[in-house]
Amino acid sequence: MTQTSDNNPIIICRDVHKWYGHFHALRGINMEVQRGEVVVIFGPSGSGKSTFIRTLNRLEEHQRGQIIIDGIELTHDVRNIERIRAETGMVFQQFNLFPHLTVLENITLAPIWVRGWKREQAEEIAMQLLKRVGIPEQARKYPGQLSGGQQQRVAIARALAMQPKIMLFDEPTSALDPEMIKEVLDVMIELAESGMTMVVVTHEMGFARAVADTMYFFDKGQIVESGPPEQIFKEPREERTRLFISQILSH
Amino acid sequence: MSLSAQPLPQRPVAEPLPPPTERFTLLGWLYKNLFNTWYNAVLTVVMVVLIALAVRAAGEWALSIARWEVITTNLRLFAIGQYPAAALWRVWASVVLLWGVAGLSIGVWGQRAYGSVGMLLAFPFVLGVLATDETTRWALLGTTVAGAFGYGLGLLRKRWLRRLAIVGWIAYFPLVIVLIAGLGDEAPLLPSVPTNLWGGLLLTLLLTVVGIVFSFPLGVLLALGRRSKLPIVSALSVIYIEVVRGVPFVTVLFMAQLMLPLFLPGVTIDRVIRAMAGVVLFSAAYLAENVRGGLQAIPRGQYEAAYALGFKPWQTTLLIILPQALKAVIPILVGQFIALFKDTSLVVIVGLLDLMGIAKTVLAQPDFLGLQAEVYAFVALVYGVFSFLMSTLSQRLEQRLNAAR
Repeated sequence: MTQTSDNNPIIICRDVHKWYGHFHALRGINMEVQRGEVVVIFGPSGSGKSTFIRTLNRLEEHQRGQIIIDGIELTHDVRNIERIRAETGMVFQQFNLFPHLTVLENITLAPIWVRGWKREQAEEIAMQLLKRVGIPEQARKYPGQLSGGQQQRVAIARALAMQPKIMLFDEPTSALDPEMIKEVLDVMIELAESGMTMVVVTHEMGFARAVADTMYFFDKGQIVESGPPEQIFKEPREERTRLFISQILSH
Repeated sequence: MSLSAQPLPQRPVAEPLPPPTERFTLLGWLYKNLFNTWYNAVLTVVMVVLIALAVRAAGEWALSIARWEVITTNLRLFAIGQYPAAALWRVWASVVLLWGVAGLSIGVWGQRAYGSVGMLLAFPFVLGVLATDETTRWALLGTTVAGAFGYGLGLLRKRWLRRLAIVGWIAYFPLVIVLIAGLGDEAPLLPSVPTNLWGGLLLTLLLTVVGIVFSFPLGVLLALGRRSKLPIVSALSVIYIEVVRGVPFVTVLFMAQLMLPLFLPGVTIDRVIRAMAGVVLFSAAYLAENVRGGLQAIPRGQYEAAYALGFKPWQTTLLIILPQALKAVIPILVGQFIALFKDTSLVVIVGLLDLMGIAKTVLAQPDFLGLQAEVYAFVALVYGVFSFLMSTLSQRLEQRLNAAR
């Protein structure tokens, strides 16, 4: 269970099920993600894609099946959950920055309290990350003083500050004005090209075409089809996939 | 690789215009605010006449009819009750210390807070000059000097001074309790002063400060307990909060006086301590509900972001949820603290001589029978000044915290 050789998939999901009351939200998801792989998950709303990505760091509990992240299985064991969360960065649709803290404090809080770093060390790395996402001059401001695109880039920097092995993105550009989507996607593309393992729930097909290794089409809590972008875009095997892609590309 | 879109075509941009200005004129202001319609004009005139009459009557009473010697003669009683004269310096030491720390804080954190400094220094200075008693005068002048010294030191704006100010505020409370209460019957420097001698404004303030300092953490714990997922913790919190909120404060005070000794047989608890316990237990229940309101305003995403970063639940609460929740309820909390301050006057009915209790004893003095108006006007003024101070401080605090947004 603790094998972490680089050839093993970093994320293994076997027959993952999830119910909300009587509603069967995830109906047997199987997925393997290799180190450095970029996965894009898309599908209609209510298809379970957000629920699924949130089971990967236990923000939602799966009720059947197995999820193994970097050799650690997600169970009720709190220590395992905390270890996995510390190795997994997450970026939310609504940014979820801490409004009472400055940008710099948002980024350094977890490294200081969870990783136990010294403040100076944490701030140095935070400043490097802010440069990487292109907004070092905003370090002393509060989230409320930034634009949506800037906030989301801070959120990415905040997740990266924990030096995670996996980054999860839950519709990172859905709450953004059109002109700000690009600045966030550029950061994500740079991240993907640097070799980060990423699982991204998004409808940004340009992003998927550019950097995705594998795309998964979710519908009604199941994976309808998966494959590399060329296959999904050009010759999807399933009629539903073709229909959905033509709908989101046509507008 | 990037998803660059075509740059938007540039068009000549219209020059920004200055906003329309309105020149301030006194007549214009009067017209706009007081005489803009005929009925507002009538209301204005009627109110001005009424106010003028009231002010004239009150002024006449205050300046020529009222016998203020009932206040001046008993000033010390109002201030500290029966607190022994030999230990008076301990009260003054507390005041001097307070001014020092307050001055330091304004110096370190204030931004052009000249008004606050002016008030801080002018208040004891003017009173000192007016004082007829030598000791009082020098003590008040010493207070002024301490405030000025603290402020001057704070202006250096060193980091260790900021720490000193924080430590000062934290240490101030236990220090003052030790100063006022003493270290023991045999202690050479600070012999104990029994609490039945505490009185007047001193007792009122002590009850208030103890009430705030202890009910705050207790209230926060109760609020967190009520939202806890552990059924026993949340049930106990709910029961405590609802029972205490369902009972009048006077009842809680009586319970504290009569029931605490029953629950703790063999232990004699001081009467003032019992009253303090009553204040704390009562205030905590209301505080818990106010804090819960703040906790409920925090969106789920804040918890999720914290958990996703690997924070433990207690770290999430302490570092992320509570700071936001408490900031959101500052105005409500300060309102509650002001209410607590005024509610302490109810300890009169369990026989303690706080400011209100002293007022009653003073009114019973043969020399000053029938001077209710003077005494209660004075007491109201004292309560008013302190309440005003508290709400002003809270507004400053809010502005500072909001300026950070």
